[in-house]
Amino acid sequence: MTTPTINRPSGGDRASLPLTTPQLPPIAPALSAGLAVGVAVLAGLLLSWSVVGMAVLAWLLAMVFLPTWSLLLEGRRKAVDRLVTALVWSTFALAMLPLLSLIWQVVAKGAPALSVEFFTYSMRNVIGEGGGIYHAIVGTFLITGLATLISVPIGVLAAIYLVEYSSEGKVAKAVTFLVDVMTGIPSIVAGLFAFALFVLIFGPGIRMGFGGSIALSVLMIPIVVRATEEMLKLVPDELREASYALGVPKWRTIVKVVLPTALSGIVTGITLAIARVAGETAPLLIIAGSATSLNWNPFSERMATLPVFIFSSITEQGRYPEAQTERAWGAALVLIIIVMALNLIARLIGRVFAPKTGR
Amino acid sequence: MSTTDAPAARPTVDDGFGQVTGRGDSVFRGLATASGYIIMLALAGVAIFLVLEGWPAIQATGEQAYGKDNIVLFVWPLVFGTLLAAVLSLLMAVPLAIGGALVISHYAPRPLAKTLGYLVDLLAAVPSVVYGLWGIGFLAPAILPSYQWLQDKLGWLPFFEGPALSGRTILTASIVLAIMVLPIVTAICREVFAQTPTMHQEAALALGATRWEMIRMTVFPYSRSGVVSAVMLGLGRALGETMAVAMVLSATGIVTFNLISTQNPSTIAANIALNFGNASGLKINVLIFSGLVLFVATFAVNFLGRWIARRGQVKG
Repeated sequence: MTTPTINRPSGGDRASLPLTTPQLPPIAPALSAGLAVGVAVLAGLLLSWSVVGMAVLAWLLAMVFLPTWSLLLEGRRKAVDRLVTALVWSTFALAMLPLLSLIWQVVAKGAPALSVEFFTYSMRNVIGEGGGIYHAIVGTFLITGLATLISVPIGVLAAIYLVEYSSEGKVAKAVTFLVDVMTGIPSIVAGLFAFALFVLIFGPGIRMGFGGSIALSVLMIPIVVRATEEMLKLVPDELREASYALGVPKWRTIVKVVLPTALSGIVTGITLAIARVAGETAPLLIIAGSATSLNWNPFSERMATLPVFIFSSITEQGRYPEAQTERAWGAALVLIIIVMALNLIARLIGRVFAPKTGR
Repeated sequence: MSTTDAPAARPTVDDGFGQVTGRGDSVFRGLATASGYIIMLALAGVAIFLVLEGWPAIQATGEQAYGKDNIVLFVWPLVFGTLLAAVLSLLMAVPLAIGGALVISHYAPRPLAKTLGYLVDLLAAVPSVVYGLWGIGFLAPAILPSYQWLQDKLGWLPFFEGPALSGRTILTASIVLAIMVLPIVTAICREVFAQTPTMHQEAALALGATRWEMIRMTVFPYSRSGVVSAVMLGLGRALGETMAVAMVLSATGIVTFNLISTQNPSTIAANIALNFGNASGLKINVLIFSGLVLFVATFAVNFLGRWIARRGQVKG
């Protein structure tokens, strides 16, 4: 279809108007990109630039080549369109660069730290090399687990209230809106809230793992409510009406019909919420503190968690900064694996047990 | 509860419209309603307890206020640093987010778009402390040469005065913040862009518009309020983000627009995270007071963002 040799009609003579306008060949973007990279590498080698400099030059050249070519052949509007297309794709590529770099760094620097000792020892009495993150893993599971125990009933019930009982009243509107606003509460403010609450109850200087659970719940409840609400709204009204018609009371309809129908979506939402709060650092730093030894009791004393372990390994390096940094990267790798696994599980649940809405 | 276990022998009142009233129903309804109210209470509780514990800080002076004469002088540089970092990060994140959202909603082929959307979600799933670790362990050393280049070539601008001796500057912190803000802004923009009526878009294309002209004429006007609210929510996230800044920034707490020097303004959240462990007595109240300021600021920003989003929806 490409006929780059045809010239634009010089006007007037209608009979000679061609049915097609000149178009760049489909490989034009690739061609200009290749040309730009070639020129940039050559120039870079001659002037001995860094790789970053070459990449920037190549990008700039590509941004000039393609639109210019298009401008000469296809006209101004097409040229602008091509320029924007190239720009939009480059923004996306640029946005993905940090993700690639981050995953690469964490895997490359974290993998050497992993060993059996790393998973089975705490940091008690460890100075310099050795030690592990057993205590931090235990702390993360305890605190996140307790937060889940608090958030899931409240979140799911609140969503049931919003969808099934409130009938769009004023209170429901306020709750929906506040849940939206609550998702934006900075995590450190949630930590300060838990701290302020516990200081008033237990006295100054209090630190305990359970406080971390409270703080995480403040962050987790809105996510659970949002996810559950969306899923409950997807349940068709015919199912509810069929159940009512059989004389089943409303609460049993909800428990036996509505919830099971929406279950996979709700579980997906809850798993994503757990993944989100498992990586939270700031609130735990405030109220759970950091510790070097194992603590199974979330209701007394400080409790280490993976995120806080990473943070304190970096900020309090002591006399063995290399060992501390290596452990931090190792813990980061473990944390990322946990979070990504939770995300993956959530997606699998969502896919395998797809909502049985009958649509 | 036993009343509902055996439906045949249920001694409940039936109002004739399929509504069965019973004890189980009222208990369950009570539980659900209570949960709704607990959420409102929790939000009120956050405000109340922060005020209760932050209030004593009003009298803090000298040593207790970290060497500042009063609480306002203590909070002001932190507010400045917080705003500076947030605005810088948004300047970087918003164009990228709009571009990325356009790729997912309009440019990429359907199957690819799903994968790309998943990649953006992955970006959001990475814990903030890992971003902080990446920022201090990789980005700060890697970016230092470009800061030196900026100082050499653009040193006459007050922003790039330098001296560029360390990568742990407010600009690096803002870059990390931008990466963390990116997913939320992208996600919202993408949803709003995708909601543009297909009829509008097809009409524009049928009139001979190129893809970019179609986007400019139909998608952008339709989604303006959505994009504004996305930016507001991103701002809320950037204001409150703690760990990345706390780890990346080597802060001295001064007020300056010099983005690449070794003397950097700190942010409220990072300052709390770094000092809370060692604080005692009135210092804790001082830090909680600064947290209250942060809470009010982010609440206002989020409130505004959601409100704009709601208004946009009604109009749409």
